[in-house]
Amino acid sequence: MDGNGERSPKTLSGWVFDIKRYSIHDGPGIRTTVFLKGCALRCLWCHNPESLAPGPELMHWTGRCARCHACVRACPRGAISADAAGAIAIDRSKCDLCGRCADACLYDAMQIVGRRMSVDEVMAEVEKDRLFYEQSGGGVTLSGGDPLVQAGFAEAILDACRARGLSTALDTAGWSPNGALERLARKADVVLFDLKCVDETRHRELTGVSSAPILANLERLAAAGPEIWVRVPLVGGVNDDDGNIRRTIEVLRPLEAVKRIGLLPYHAGGADKARRIGAGPPVREFEAPAEARIAAIESAFRDAGFEVRRGG
Amino acid sequence: MNERIVRLRNQTLEAKPTISAERAVLVTEFYKRPETRGLSVPMRRALAFRHILENKAIVFNDGELIVGERGPAPKATPTYPEVCIHSLQDLRYLHDRKKTAFASDEETRRVYAEEIIPFWQGRSQRDRLFAAMTKDWIDAYEAGVFTEFMEQRAPGHTVLDGKIYRKGMLDFKKDIERALAALDVLTDPAAYDKQEELKGMAVCADALIAFGRRHADKARELAAGEKDPVRKGELERIAEVCDRVPAEAPRDFWEALQMYWFVHLGVIIEYNTWDSFNPGRLDQHLRPFYERGLADGTLTKDSARELLQAFWVKFNNQPAPPKVGVTAEESGTYTDFALINVGGLKEDGTDGVNELSYLILDVIQEMRLLQPSSMVQISAKGPDAFLLRALEIVRTGFGQPSIFNTDAIVQELVRQGKSVVDARNGGCSGCVEAGAFGKEAYILTGYFNLPKVFEITLGNGVDPRTGKRIGLETGDSEGFKTFDELFEAFRKQVRHFVDIKVRGSNVIERLYATYLPAPFLSVLVDDCVANGKDYHAGGARYNSNYIQGVGMGTITDVLSAVRYNVYDHGHFTMAGLREALAANFAGHEGLRQRVLNRTPKFGNDDDYADSLMTRVFEAYFEAVDGRPTPRGGTYRINLLPTTAHIYFGKMTGATADGRLAGDAVSEGVSPVQGADRKGPTAVIKSLGKMDHIRTGGTLLNQKFTPQLLADETGRRGLKDLVRSYFKLMGHHIQFNVVTADLLRTAQAQPEKYRDLIVRVAGYSDYFVDCGTELQNEIIRRTEHQEI
Repeated sequence: MDGNGERSPKTLSGWVFDIKRYSIHDGPGIRTTVFLKGCALRCLWCHNPESLAPGPELMHWTGRCARCHACVRACPRGAISADAAGAIAIDRSKCDLCGRCADACLYDAMQIVGRRMSVDEVMAEVEKDRLFYEQSGGGVTLSGGDPLVQAGFAEAILDACRARGLSTALDTAGWSPNGALERLARKADVVLFDLKCVDETRHRELTGVSSAPILANLERLAAAGPEIWVRVPLVGGVNDDDGNIRRTIEVLRPLEAVKRIGLLPYHAGGADKARRIGAGPPVREFEAPAEARIAAIESAFRDAGFEVRRGG
Repeated sequence: MNERIVRLRNQTLEAKPTISAERAVLVTEFYKRPETRGLSVPMRRALAFRHILENKAIVFNDGELIVGERGPAPKATPTYPEVCIHSLQDLRYLHDRKKTAFASDEETRRVYAEEIIPFWQGRSQRDRLFAAMTKDWIDAYEAGVFTEFMEQRAPGHTVLDGKIYRKGMLDFKKDIERALAALDVLTDPAAYDKQEELKGMAVCADALIAFGRRHADKARELAAGEKDPVRKGELERIAEVCDRVPAEAPRDFWEALQMYWFVHLGVIIEYNTWDSFNPGRLDQHLRPFYERGLADGTLTKDSARELLQAFWVKFNNQPAPPKVGVTAEESGTYTDFALINVGGLKEDGTDGVNELSYLILDVIQEMRLLQPSSMVQISAKGPDAFLLRALEIVRTGFGQPSIFNTDAIVQELVRQGKSVVDARNGGCSGCVEAGAFGKEAYILTGYFNLPKVFEITLGNGVDPRTGKRIGLETGDSEGFKTFDELFEAFRKQVRHFVDIKVRGSNVIERLYATYLPAPFLSVLVDDCVANGKDYHAGGARYNSNYIQGVGMGTITDVLSAVRYNVYDHGHFTMAGLREALAANFAGHEGLRQRVLNRTPKFGNDDDYADSLMTRVFEAYFEAVDGRPTPRGGTYRINLLPTTAHIYFGKMTGATADGRLAGDAVSEGVSPVQGADRKGPTAVIKSLGKMDHIRTGGTLLNQKFTPQLLADETGRRGLKDLVRSYFKLMGHHIQFNVVTADLLRTAQAQPEKYRDLIVRVAGYSDYFVDCGTELQNEIIRRTEHQEI
């Protein structure tokens, strides 16, 4: 997926699932956030399930669907069918993501999420808002998924940004066994580092991977010097307990580079997106912590000397 | 807000708009007098003005500090039968209509039936105006190609500068006497006309002085009977203030506000001017009084605040005069568009933001009234803190203040030939209209329906709604081989209808100059006195006529849809498109979805669409800009709709961008609702491709939910968005903070709200793209944040 071997920005390409302009919570100023596909973690409450797989996926928006069945007719492999009521069903085992259904659907109810883009194409898109970066001290943020999954592509984008004088930020979950994080972080002005839960066992249960390398990466990164904004998703009854917050503060307090904490309360957006890519319902229902609880967590971080922002 | 202001604010909020016959009766009574028939027109107008001011009721509302009402009570609204007669049917309709109603009682209707209507029938300006219009003008007007501002209201559209804070009416009279003395009948063929006009102005200045004295007398009378010693003292102070102003120049903050208010009443009693008469750069005008008052201890920040708040209430007591018919459709609101300007530049070009600017912002936030409206002028030299403070108020969601680019305004005015100092002393009024305050008559003549003209172009000159031929025969639309040929036909039709509009306006301008001069307004606007010429006749230093283009977003998307699908990609033919439009897309849903979802649209920073916007802009600009008006002015364009985009939408069938027949066209220069899907920076980039400097104002509306503005990060983001737009020389931007109700509408009609961005958590997303559960959560949160 990395386009290894192809080093020119024109041909080096990767999978991008969204480019969002006017991002104001993903680093300083007004930014364009480039979302790369692929993530090493499988957080149970994931807000962006369409970001997890490294390649493209077919997304079906039932709300937009007019049941005109243009997609059924357009599919060369018979992967799409309509039931008696006219509702669409996709047999994903037959789908080869050719995208003809998406072309045929004028209602935008069928979409291929994940587009192969060259570094040059990404740069053309992010250059559009240079005016705003220069005014606001903003720039480009690489997010995901986790950009570490497509490290070569991500690095080439960061290099291209630096060459053009655009400020960069890297938004990562920090799980990087092969040193990709350090390599990329060197080229980022700010690192947005997600920290879900400190406890090793619980982290493994919730995300599928151990917290140990993440914490080690965070410490190494903090010593290397870039500004770090730590972001903590807050999921009710999952990681919002005093114990986890206390341990998070203990981990972060000694790190000079971490001055700012963003708290991201859980929201229900992920479940719909999961349905759209056919990922089935979440294994568990989650909810945001109560307002009073979030406020208490905010003041706990604040008392520990951090600058706290809600929502990034 | 202290107890008094709470009370005054409640008074104005609770007052119900009614029709008052007072002014109509007085003006009719005056005109009926045989001895007035031989007077010159300006003298007759001036004496009628004096008659009204001498005889109208003097009103003191309980507890107020700034005094004077246009009618006999707050929101008792006069009519102006010499301009427009309201029939009994109109009065009943105004009484009963659900929106912007004006109540009238039996006695009022009787007076109209017996005295007012019979006298003015055939003599009102509205009667003259429609009689003077040609058939092609009437046809285009009835088809909804354009509207006519002066059919129910007099030209106005000017804003005051600083002169009334330095000069009283007695000083103006001295200027008038000097001008009279300088007249030479031997060498100046217009000397007699000038003499009559100047004499009329002097009568008006005296009339306003006498009106002030009547308030002083009334205050003394009330003080004598007042038991509460505090109120007694206030009334005595009011009497002293009214002894001084408007006869002489104000000496302190209180007198300055009362001075303005008397002048304002004079202007809105003389005529029902379109519109927006207002003090303009209030923080600049009041600053010397404010600083002096604080220095000598006669004023505190709190007492200044209270006086400003009392002043604010007075504006809200004067709804826009009743409008009916097309005029009501194009401007369906009580607001009379007095737009207080705050911030901007001083005349020497340095930053004008001062302590009073911030105090006025506090007043705007606390008062939260429909009127006066307010705006901030942001120059590159102004502090971010000022803009951030304004955005804090925007967040509270009542649409004020709107945000303007001083540097663009100055460039616009200088391009039109104003001196840089006059330009810096100017600003915007109404919705977004740039003007040289105190020195310019900039008349809005009517809205112009750009999408309708394209509809008529497709019909080869025939309006498909009526089947009537009202345009040129520019060719069968199915016969155009290239897009350029089609565009050329559209350009010719634009020119054709602009010609018709200009011909009409040139006549209407003469009707006002001839039959209804405005000697009082002429006292106030440079250089009417020096020129001995009326405001309506070209007496002002600068004279402009505007034709306000409407539907820029819609016409751009229409052209894009046609070019992209018919000429570039052959997705459908012109015949197929016309069939779909005639059927209002019934049975053509595939075609409609293609133009809605698969066609480049304005507002997405996409040059394919945006370059068509600039082409329309050029065609419209060339058709209008630079043409002379009879009073020595120049026609200009601006791009704003008030509520005309809804009216024009009603008059326009389905359009090639997927819009259904009767739906509103786009408003101002904003993209079509729901068509901008790349976020606010893309909207601003698209709008940045428009040459705002060659307009007299453009209006951009952006919607945000309160969450997007809730924290410091949100406000700073918005601040930088505004600054970036202004770097691109955008003229104006306003933020509509959406309500939970609007979100519910968006949930029900997602296709119309594809552009609505909401803050989710840690990121923002398109509202319609959020799942229902999440949408409900956002609606709950928005409700929670509403006040």
